[in-house]
Amino acid sequence: MHICLEVKEITKEFPGVLANDHVNMEVSEGEIHAILGENGAGKSTLMKIIYGLYKPDFGTIRLYGKELQFTSPRQAIETGIGMVHQHFMLIPELTVAENIVLGGELGKVHYRRKENEALVRELSAQYHLEIDPSMKVKDLTVGLQQRVEILKVFYRKARLLILDEPTAMLTPQEAEELFLVMDKLRSQGVPILFISHKLDEVKKISDRITVMRAGKAVSTLETKATTPQELANLMVGHEVILQVSKPPQKAGEPILEVKNCVVSSGRIDKVKGCSFEIQRGEIFGLAGIDGNGQAELVNALTGITRIKSGQIFFNGKEITTASVRQRINAGIAYIPQDRQVDGLVMDFKLTENFMLRDFAQKPYARAGQLQKQVIEQHSNRLAEDYDVRPRQTQTLARNLSGGNQQKVILAREVSRDPELLIAAQPTRGLDVGAIQFIHNKLLDLRTEGKAILLVSLELDEIMALSDRIGVIHEGKLMDILPGGEVTKEELGLLMTGVGLEKEG
Amino acid sequence: MHKAVQGIITPLIAVGIAVLIGALGMIATGHDPLQAYGALFVGAFGTKVNFANTLANAVPLILSGLGVAITFKAGLFNIGAEGQYWMGSMAAVWIGYSLPGLPPVLHVGLAFLVGMLVAGLWAGIIPGLAKALVGAHEVITTMMMSYIAIYLSHYMLEGGPMMAPGYTPQSPMILPSAQLGMLVERTQLSWGIVVALVAACVVYWIIYKTTLGFRLRTVGLNPRAAKYAGINVSFNMVLALFLSGALAGLAGAVQMLGVQHRLYDSFSSGYGYTAIVVALLANNNPFGVILAAIFFAALSTGGQAMQIASGVPAHLTEMISGIIIFLVAAKEFGAIFQRKRTVKRNLTESKGGLKV
Repeated sequence: MHICLEVKEITKEFPGVLANDHVNMEVSEGEIHAILGENGAGKSTLMKIIYGLYKPDFGTIRLYGKELQFTSPRQAIETGIGMVHQHFMLIPELTVAENIVLGGELGKVHYRRKENEALVRELSAQYHLEIDPSMKVKDLTVGLQQRVEILKVFYRKARLLILDEPTAMLTPQEAEELFLVMDKLRSQGVPILFISHKLDEVKKISDRITVMRAGKAVSTLETKATTPQELANLMVGHEVILQVSKPPQKAGEPILEVKNCVVSSGRIDKVKGCSFEIQRGEIFGLAGIDGNGQAELVNALTGITRIKSGQIFFNGKEITTASVRQRINAGIAYIPQDRQVDGLVMDFKLTENFMLRDFAQKPYARAGQLQKQVIEQHSNRLAEDYDVRPRQTQTLARNLSGGNQQKVILAREVSRDPELLIAAQPTRGLDVGAIQFIHNKLLDLRTEGKAILLVSLELDEIMALSDRIGVIHEGKLMDILPGGEVTKEELGLLMTGVGLEKEG
Repeated sequence: MHKAVQGIITPLIAVGIAVLIGALGMIATGHDPLQAYGALFVGAFGTKVNFANTLANAVPLILSGLGVAITFKAGLFNIGAEGQYWMGSMAAVWIGYSLPGLPPVLHVGLAFLVGMLVAGLWAGIIPGLAKALVGAHEVITTMMMSYIAIYLSHYMLEGGPMMAPGYTPQSPMILPSAQLGMLVERTQLSWGIVVALVAACVVYWIIYKTTLGFRLRTVGLNPRAAKYAGINVSFNMVLALFLSGALAGLAGAVQMLGVQHRLYDSFSSGYGYTAIVVALLANNNPFGVILAAIFFAALSTGGQAMQIASGVPAHLTEMISGIIIFLVAAKEFGAIFQRKRTVKRNLTESKGGLKV
């Protein structure tokens, strides 16, 4: 079988991050080749290099033997690379045919509608992608819009189809449709490069899988010869053996109760009826592959989004419809996943960021006036206690390193003496020292009898810290397991949804 | 301190370049720039009367400029200060002529209050709520509301309920009890300047010293973090537009009570639009707004003197304003690039292992 795409030793370094580290892989004709990896593993960077958006520092890419020059997407398109992006690039007001032929349409000044539509009809028959060329794109479902994107790629004579997280925007039924389309294309010999972080769909549709982790292509496997467990292990890896001394402790009464919580984002239910409770003095770990509803669940618990149905109780009181502020005041602290977007105002000084969630509370404000002295004293103390560097509280948050930014958030949230701390990926992107610091703080809170919800993609972290571990898969809580006893393999299986079969 | 110096240097450079380009224009058309600028300066600041008139001209610019600055701080762009100025003027004049027998302090205070309230609601209700509820862009809505306000004033004055007896489209004179006292006789400088200076201090206090200002700034810099902090983003946007409108309305009220004493029919006061430039040049600093307003006021009062003394058309000052806008906008772009560079540098520095 012919080799269609050959990636050799591709290396790309961004300041501070080795996004691609000597990546090697190849795609043969007529295969669906999946690239599997968690967010941040380097999949997108690799795709952008193949597509000519980034220039690699090192390495070569050949398409049917012809070396790519990495100058621009235009060159990649001309060579025969067709990419369907996660977010569609369509003009909603135009028809299907107009979108497809755009930029390469028949006719000169005058757009010959009938001929162009006939052309698209022909194309859609050739690839078995049924669609009405005269429909306006805005009237199509997301699944059909994606089909337009795929046809667009073939109109430009693509010889390799790249699908970047194609199911992210689709409903499960639409995803099924897409898999059928991919299957048909495969039978016609079209090679497909399929990027995903969803283990089950990769397992389902691909022929071979290249797993990426931390910028490296860890392994390429025959899909048939591998197990979800093996893939999960490869994806997550065994990076840092965390040294945590966790004294045994009896959990107290439940402080947070979540009952049948459903959260939707757009038209898709992201959390599909989760029920659990968190007790005082325990760390409840929420494990799962990224994008399985963790972020939506956390937003619902903190009040940033309203839940569609279900109930949330905190400290015995119902807070289902309580505002963010009411929940802050009730004692829910929150370390958001994206510290620079949600957790900090980058152009605020540290003093202001330390106050971000308490600026209107006594003693920091009296009669609507900020109490500068109190705020500064408090900020200086926090910077001291949490070892924020540099120690100047008049610096803008923007000028701090990631670890120190996280310390500012941690200091702010923990110093509020919360009853419950929700920590979403609190150690993401930090170095070992900072990770240890944050882990110790979480354990201190636990000792004080506070409840902690730890959401993390790092299984090692979850396993080292949690008293109980909930595993979320596609918005459903698969199981809740005792932290000390469960193995990584068991968790990995649940994360990929395998436990579902056992249950039902 | 360092920051304050930095904050003042950029606007000064912008002004300097604009003045230089203006000079080149004069040389190209055969005028002597030194003489012309000299005449402009004397016309604006040379005598007590001229200086007083420049300050008087600055008053509505300071007040409406403060209003625009507040919305900028909250991440919004209120370009409808002109219409809000008209609403404030109408309301204040109406109070001014229709309520006889009030003691002066009360009458003036009431006119200010109603002018602010009406203009504040004008900006807050439709543009504010439309932004908060359906995301309609405030640039469009505030501008459209401006036209409605101006045409409403035409209706009121051209045979409408506010027209004074006679044939001239103008309102009745406001009562003496509603007029502001003059600070310098035989000029237009009233106690309004004190109102403007106090307003600048109050706005500074609100923005930097109160929880309300903290909310507005947080919303302006990072709406998502504001939401995370439990701040009601929509409400604070409405509030920012309300405050902004109220200040533009106060500008109208002060102008009516202090200078014009009646509302004349016209297409534009010109203050509402210049207010945007004032806020931009001042980089939204309330005290900077005072300086920028005086600068633009000086251009307009001195421009006439320049035309008489040196033959350079007074419109040249408008060209200078235009160049300043251009340069200030360019500076914003510069800042964006600089920020990108800083981020890169930070990343590079952190490469050696985050020191924690």
